[in-house]
Amino acid sequence: MIWVVLSVIGVLLVFFALKPHMPPGNVSHQSADQTETNTVIAAIMTPIGVGVIAFLVYAVIVFRAREGDEEDGPYTKDNGRVQRTWILVTLAIVLGLAIYGTDELLSASAGIAGVGGGQGPTLIRSAPAGSLQVQVIAQQWAFTYRYPQYGDIETTTLALPVNRPVIFNVTSIDVIHSFWAYQLGVKIDAVPGTNNTAGTTATHTGLFDIRCAELCGLWHGAMSAKGEVLTPSAFTSWIHVQQAHQPAPNTMPPHAKTYFPDPNDRAG
Amino acid sequence: MTIEKPVEKPGGISWYGLPLGVVGVVIGFALGIWIGHRVDDKFTWFADTGQNDFGILLAYVLSTIGLMVGLGFLDHPVRRMAGQRPALSVKSEGGLGRYFKMSVDHKVIGLQYLFGIAVFFFIGGLNAMLIRTELLRPSPPVFSPGQYLTIVGMHSTMMVMMVSSIILGPFGHYFVPLMIGARRMAFPRLESLSFWLLMYGAIVLMTAMSYGGFPTGWTGYPPLATQANAGMDAYIFAFFLTAVAMILNAINMMATIIGMRAPGLTWGRLPIFVWGMLTTSVLMLLGPPMLIAALFMEVLDRLGSTSFFTAAGGGSPFLYENLFWFFGHPEVYILALPGFALVLEVLPVFCRKPLWGYRVAVAGLVGVTLLSFMVWQHHLFMSGINSSLRPFYMFTTELISVPTGFVFLAAMGTIWRAKIRFTVPMLFALAFFFNFLIGGVSGVFLSDVPSDVTLHGSYFVMAHFHYTIMGGLVFAFFAGFYYWHPKMTGVELNETLGKVHFWLMFVAFNSTFLPLFALGMMGMPRRVSTYAPHLQFLNDWVSVSAYILGFSLVIFLANWMWSLVVVRRRATANPWNARGLEWQLPTPVPAENFPRIPTFLSGPYEYGNPSPTPLVQYEPGPAVAGD
Repeated sequence: MIWVVLSVIGVLLVFFALKPHMPPGNVSHQSADQTETNTVIAAIMTPIGVGVIAFLVYAVIVFRAREGDEEDGPYTKDNGRVQRTWILVTLAIVLGLAIYGTDELLSASAGIAGVGGGQGPTLIRSAPAGSLQVQVIAQQWAFTYRYPQYGDIETTTLALPVNRPVIFNVTSIDVIHSFWAYQLGVKIDAVPGTNNTAGTTATHTGLFDIRCAELCGLWHGAMSAKGEVLTPSAFTSWIHVQQAHQPAPNTMPPHAKTYFPDPNDRAG
Repeated sequence: MTIEKPVEKPGGISWYGLPLGVVGVVIGFALGIWIGHRVDDKFTWFADTGQNDFGILLAYVLSTIGLMVGLGFLDHPVRRMAGQRPALSVKSEGGLGRYFKMSVDHKVIGLQYLFGIAVFFFIGGLNAMLIRTELLRPSPPVFSPGQYLTIVGMHSTMMVMMVSSIILGPFGHYFVPLMIGARRMAFPRLESLSFWLLMYGAIVLMTAMSYGGFPTGWTGYPPLATQANAGMDAYIFAFFLTAVAMILNAINMMATIIGMRAPGLTWGRLPIFVWGMLTTSVLMLLGPPMLIAALFMEVLDRLGSTSFFTAAGGGSPFLYENLFWFFGHPEVYILALPGFALVLEVLPVFCRKPLWGYRVAVAGLVGVTLLSFMVWQHHLFMSGINSSLRPFYMFTTELISVPTGFVFLAAMGTIWRAKIRFTVPMLFALAFFFNFLIGGVSGVFLSDVPSDVTLHGSYFVMAHFHYTIMGGLVFAFFAGFYYWHPKMTGVELNETLGKVHFWLMFVAFNSTFLPLFALGMMGMPRRVSTYAPHLQFLNDWVSVSAYILGFSLVIFLANWMWSLVVVRRRATANPWNARGLEWQLPTPVPAENFPRIPTFLSGPYEYGNPSPTPLVQYEPGPAVAGD
């Protein structure tokens, strides 16, 4: 009874109080999907957590040994019905969660499946026509971006057009990094010699945070930057400005899908 | 009551032990460095430091051998080759000296583990305090980035090495033979070897500081590990020693539990703690070989010009991630299973009820063991796995919550209608379930790929595994510590100080790690020394809570040392009125444990049974042959 009341309160709190603050927000279709998943899982977990804690608190208060009571408890060893129910209920919850997660993962959101996570060398669903290809090249301790559809220009800042599918191709030229665009709901490990792909479609303009999310050496903590989602016209003019500044002093290796670091190049 | 004492006399070898072992270490280390430079004085990866990876690794290998010879591990084989008759041991040797050499008494080794692990556990804890000091403010840093990463790596690696044996080491070795009615472990010398290998591994890890530290955390990912300086060799060799120790432990435990149970101790009567040790040993046998393979390839990449993990030579860093986590995920359950088993062992005693749903609890332990080898890819959801496999690993990961739920069910059934006695061990056992509940619930977020995209590699993960390891395993360790300490040392602990320790630790622990979930969701990655300024308040909160958490452990230490050294109040043989066989023995436990091998007549959890059967009888019954 207590459990039902507390669970209802908890679930309502999750949906109305927590959901607006639930990360990573709704700047892109992918982050909106993640926010929804986070909320749903929190809503499912709330009654379970509340139930166990309510049970523990109830048991500790009611079943404590009174002063001077040295007797043993009742001799009960198991209860088949309770056990069968418990097993079936937990299995059902797990199956439900797995089916829900799989559906979220495989269904395309605005043309792109995979909710923003790194999908390996090939996307699980092919990218929609007209999507923007961006290559992200990680190195100690910065990201470089290439736009192959715009004359292969190379920039040190990331700008993306709003409402257009973007496909990231992420690789590294030295150690393992991870490209994490927090508000966009994108996280892709940058592994040397591997082209790791993922996609997103931003729905709001504005700045977003980019961080490295895999320990990559001394300045891992400082490997962060800002990216920006622009309107289509602003993005076009940004591209023109970048093209005008090319060729920049080019220290990067020539364009390739993957890069292979020199094993003898030890940074220490 | 006749005990057949070994006739072998200890004479002639009493000067063996730790002092000689230290001499062996020094000689071995110097020899290794010397040979390393002698063989190839050009073999220096770092012109500026003059460090020679080959020499350093050779020094570690030779010093390990030197230590083991000094401790007396060669005595037995040498005597056998010299034609002397075999003698198992000299168990009757008393005094403090027996704790500083090779021993074949599982009770001595249990205490060695208890004190040895405590020392390095506190060193690892001090590293955590340094980490929280660095994170008091976003910038400027207290430590240089290299120092900070070394502290992080030392904390994580040291803790993983220590907690992987924190229950199996002290309590498993001490109590499994007592619980199953055996006089010793199956391989007493291997038992001792596993202890000293683990201890030397911890010391080797600490030498990393004198070689510039290592930047990789406890995972040791190449190519970062390949480009790191010689401190990396210390990490590799220390972890290698730990892995060997784990394998030896596993073989020993399995052989003992399967082969040396006393008559009448059927699988259905086996204490749940022994089940936990058995399932943990299965994981310890099958996981660490993969780690050794991965570390060996990493050494070859660093020294031997191979390119297993070097993309330029056709290798793949992703291969290392897979090998590592194929060990790493079972390792996570090597840490969880002993905790499950220990709290389930403690609960019936203080609930005064039989363990409810014994078979379900065993099925839970076995189920976790089997599933734990099928989930490792969830550490690599973002790392470039073929994306059509991700739903499968998401499903197996979520499936593991079913057997974990069995453990909760058994605990909740045991508490129901019980007569709970709130002793210190019981408080820690109850807190275990609270903490592990939060750890488990947060794990569901991480198992779900869409949620994991945001949370992967963030402080959320860090909070999650601290809830399962610190809130779970370490709380379970303290439950076991307060429960079994009177039997192990014969000395009672101060209960008031114990309760102060519990409440302070419980509150400070939750106050430290709950905000980390929020920090992770707000986008703070792991292992960073600088962070966004708007996260400073929560970080400061966490740091202050962490200091209080550290202080609660100081109270524990004070209580322990005060009770053990100064007060020394004698404990009775069975202060908790428990039914387990270990509590039926006198304190201190005799050298040979039992007057003769007992015959079990009933299970260990028959609390409240209106017509109880005695647990064991020492005279063999008519139906039992042999002994």
